[in-house]
Amino acid sequence: MSTDLLLYQGTLLVYLAATVLYLVDVIRQRPQAGLMSRLALLAGFVLHSATLLTLLLALGYTPVTNLPQALGFFAWAVVGVFLLFQLRYRLAVLGAFVAGLGCILLAVGELLGGSSPVRQLPPILHHWLFPVHVVLAFLGDAMFALAFAAGIMYLVQERMLKSKSFNALYYRLPSLDQLDRINYACLTWGFPLLTLGMITGSIWADIAWGSYWNWDPKQTWGLVTWLLYAAMLHGRLTVGWRGRRAAIFAIIGFLALMFSFLGVNLLMHGQHAFSSFQGG
Amino acid sequence: MEILVVGLSHKTAPVEIRERVAFQPAAIEAALHALTALPAVAEALILSTCNRVELVACSRHPEQAEAEIGHFLADHHALSQAELTPHLYVHHGADAIRHLYRVASSLDSMVLGEPQILGQLKGAYNTAVEARTVGLILNRCLHKAFSVAKRVRTETAIASSAVSVSFAAVELARKIFDDLSGKTVLLIGAGEMCELAARHFVTAGVAKVLVTNRTFARAERLAQEFDGDPVPFEDFRRELHRADIVLSSTGATGILLTAGEIRAAVKQRRYRPMFLIDIAVPRDIDPKANDAEGVYLYDVDDLQGVVQANLKERQKEVVKAEAIIDAEIGQFATWLDSLEVVPTIKALRERFDLIRRGELERSLAGLKQLGEREREAVEAFSLALMNKFLHRPMTVLKQGQDGSGGSEYVDAVRALFDLAPPGGDGKSHDEE
Repeated sequence: MSTDLLLYQGTLLVYLAATVLYLVDVIRQRPQAGLMSRLALLAGFVLHSATLLTLLLALGYTPVTNLPQALGFFAWAVVGVFLLFQLRYRLAVLGAFVAGLGCILLAVGELLGGSSPVRQLPPILHHWLFPVHVVLAFLGDAMFALAFAAGIMYLVQERMLKSKSFNALYYRLPSLDQLDRINYACLTWGFPLLTLGMITGSIWADIAWGSYWNWDPKQTWGLVTWLLYAAMLHGRLTVGWRGRRAAIFAIIGFLALMFSFLGVNLLMHGQHAFSSFQGG
Repeated sequence: MEILVVGLSHKTAPVEIRERVAFQPAAIEAALHALTALPAVAEALILSTCNRVELVACSRHPEQAEAEIGHFLADHHALSQAELTPHLYVHHGADAIRHLYRVASSLDSMVLGEPQILGQLKGAYNTAVEARTVGLILNRCLHKAFSVAKRVRTETAIASSAVSVSFAAVELARKIFDDLSGKTVLLIGAGEMCELAARHFVTAGVAKVLVTNRTFARAERLAQEFDGDPVPFEDFRRELHRADIVLSSTGATGILLTAGEIRAAVKQRRYRPMFLIDIAVPRDIDPKANDAEGVYLYDVDDLQGVVQANLKERQKEVVKAEAIIDAEIGQFATWLDSLEVVPTIKALRERFDLIRRGELERSLAGLKQLGEREREAVEAFSLALMNKFLHRPMTVLKQGQDGSGGSEYVDAVRALFDLAPPGGDGKSHDEE
């Protein structure tokens, strides 16, 4: 078995272990499970980084040119961003979500197999801006993924506090204020990352294809998403949108993001589509 | 040596009986001495609270001790056996240890997870130590009970949620606001529950307390108590937006705050959430206000509902707590057994040696023709034979010392070889 396949499956298993441990922490509230789950996720991230590095060295370019690679890279970004988050907010529920997401994305990637990785990238795509654009965009996406998770948890917790019927989850979810602050933090970090991602993308597009903007589906949907998040940020800063409104926005925004990320690449054609990377 | 517990609690006796069996604090020391003066009782401890009376004892003759303690309790409190016995429970050995651990961990308390019982048990232990009625075994047992109780409190959520209405209010506020330290509380009206809740919020660290009342003087007085600011009753609706938490308990017969007024206040706060607690009956605040965004309105019934939910959650923790207790009992029982191992080994060797020397003497008496060397050889043979016989049993028994098994054979060995019980309980036994 090749090294990168071994590393990949190893990462998947460790993420699975981390998910189980986080769930044990959430359900049974055992502090030992909490510590072990955080260590497991860290170990998974290290393995995942090694996987990506190996792939990068083998291919000679940033491994995001087919669906499995993109999913894997996104999972890596989400886990990485969450690990930073854990320095400030220790939330086992969110940890379970992130580790679980990592598992699912890697598993789906492996199942899909994807088209065989392109050995030789078209020369136009050999530019330092390509990985920079991708990393920035993915980091922004990861932030919004966390905001999405926090948004769902907010709505669940708020429902219980409003209806005054409490189930076991009530005792394990954090306070509304904490969830709202996570939402805000993700927005303030994610939006600039997304913006920079789009800008670098446009510059690179100009270098590679001769025009900054050509209404390619991905760019168009990316713009729609960007406008959504811009509206949300504006609402936060000026009108005082927060809480329930911000949570719903985070969910809708992320769904739009996923469409612009996956839907476009899978369903449509255009320069951004994975299909266009095949055969130069 | 066995531990036993004789007692009654709120579960087995009504308050009329409990109050007659309870010990006055000043009388406990004398009672402890009286207990250890009983022939079968070696060590003793008395725990007497408004909800339970527990007599914990250590004895070589548990059945006899049980009877003696039962009589003592009845006589001491001038009750007849017939009156007392139906309410008493008795636990022996591992059951007694389990009962003690459960009581210490507040699993047997009226309110699951209550914190007072551990302090009360520690007090009872200290009294018994001073009275010198606690020996090696009860000493270790009680210390273990304290550490088990600590484990249960820290490793389970049995004591972590609010079971009173006013604490529940603070807990809810934390679920909404997380940190209460920058928040403002508005008190509308007055009343015991209202003021108690306000006190809890102050303890929890709120930044400011505003008080309003139809009688301004009353508002001023209360505000002073909480180091806060009084607000004239005509103005409080204008100041409403400043409050994160509102506690309302006026004697008004109608609605004091409409949903519209609250919605306006929240909007003025840029939708920062507002937590309103309506303790008044009839209610002061329009219940429909709860539907507004950012508003969380709870009345007394709702808070009771929270307490019930918390108690249910505590019940779930009981399983975890019992598991911790099970594990700890096993450890203690092993230690208790191991205490018997060394004296048993010694007694076994002595018994074998007694038999050996007896037989040796008898045989040598009939073999007068043997020389000195042959006598020595026969003696050496008898010794070697005895050691060979004893080797395996001794090895197994010795394992009981370090807790790796073997202690369960102690009773069997004693019975099989008719060994005297080990000494060291300070009492003379003439049964052997």
